[in-house]
Amino acid sequence: MPVGLNTTDTSLIKLLEKRFGRFLSPDRIPAFTFDINVVSDGTFDPDADLQVRGANGRWTLRRGDFLAEWDARQRHGWIRQTLNPYAIDSVLRIVHSLVLATEGGFLLHASSAVRDGQAFLFTGPSGSGKTTIARLAPADVTLLTDEISYVRRTAEGYRAFGTPFAGELGESGENRSAPIAALLRLDWGRDNVYDRLTPAAAVQALMRNILFFADDRSLTRHLLDTACDFAARVPAFRLAFAPDARVWNTIA
Amino acid sequence: MNDMFVARSERVAARKVAGEMVILSADDSSLYVLNGVGTAVWDAADGRTPLSAIVDDIICGEYDIDRESAWHDVQEFVDALVSYGVLRTSAEAIRMDSTPSKSQASGGV
Repeated sequence: MPVGLNTTDTSLIKLLEKRFGRFLSPDRIPAFTFDINVVSDGTFDPDADLQVRGANGRWTLRRGDFLAEWDARQRHGWIRQTLNPYAIDSVLRIVHSLVLATEGGFLLHASSAVRDGQAFLFTGPSGSGKTTIARLAPADVTLLTDEISYVRRTAEGYRAFGTPFAGELGESGENRSAPIAALLRLDWGRDNVYDRLTPAAAVQALMRNILFFADDRSLTRHLLDTACDFAARVPAFRLAFAPDARVWNTIA
Repeated sequence: MNDMFVARSERVAARKVAGEMVILSADDSSLYVLNGVGTAVWDAADGRTPLSAIVDDIICGEYDIDRESAWHDVQEFVDALVSYGVLRTSAEAIRMDSTPSKSQASGGV
């Protein structure tokens, strides 16, 4: 889903080009456009927590480094932010999570990678090994992300897309997509052991790790429906893995 | 042993996934997964069926378990779900505003 970003601030343009490099496609028609104004430090309370409020498709997003409004129906919004690459990163995560929630998709705390045309999602809380497994991937594996996976329902099933939302590796994923072959809930282990998760356990793993920012009951219920549908279609496993390259011998 | 009526809270969304009930609480977004027996109790918790009937007819009828153990386990289960706010109990029958089908939301979330 292409998002248009308009700004005249050359420092911000440089920051965004660096952060979103592989994901820039100036020729595509944007689904939404944001006008961005850079404001000086001190405009906002830097300690303010993220707030997402919305009604009737109009959303207000605020944090210590930005204030934004977005009108889903007008396909337009604006962002006032201090000069940093993370404000727009957060706004894009929130906007994508809201749009995906209505379309049967989600953003998931998960690394994801493509091997032989099939995508694998590795989910779990911080410290469960998402970045480690991404770092151990051999050369024939394409990383979609080491941090935030983008999942969308298509006519053929669920598909994972690369995202520029970087985690510890500090690098964005590749801008490509593939059908999802499996969801793997990570645990540390001494050896590489797979246990099939029941669909209900898969729903639990998904709901714990889906990014969602809005306190919106109808969207939350919709996400539960999506998680149940995903769990019915995509096999899910608990993968206890030893942190060395052998784990990739078992993923194909 | 006092009999009681149990009803599903209206502040949860519940979905049955491959025979197991997944329940999402509206209050704190906690998620609970019920096993087969728990799902059977949940389905029967319509506010009108006394807990004794749920134990005798549904649990003892469908599972190979003696009545005393079933009573003990079901009461413990109901107490836990009441403490999580996803079931409520009363000495009188409970009127539920919406009676959800087994795979649909019971509203709220």
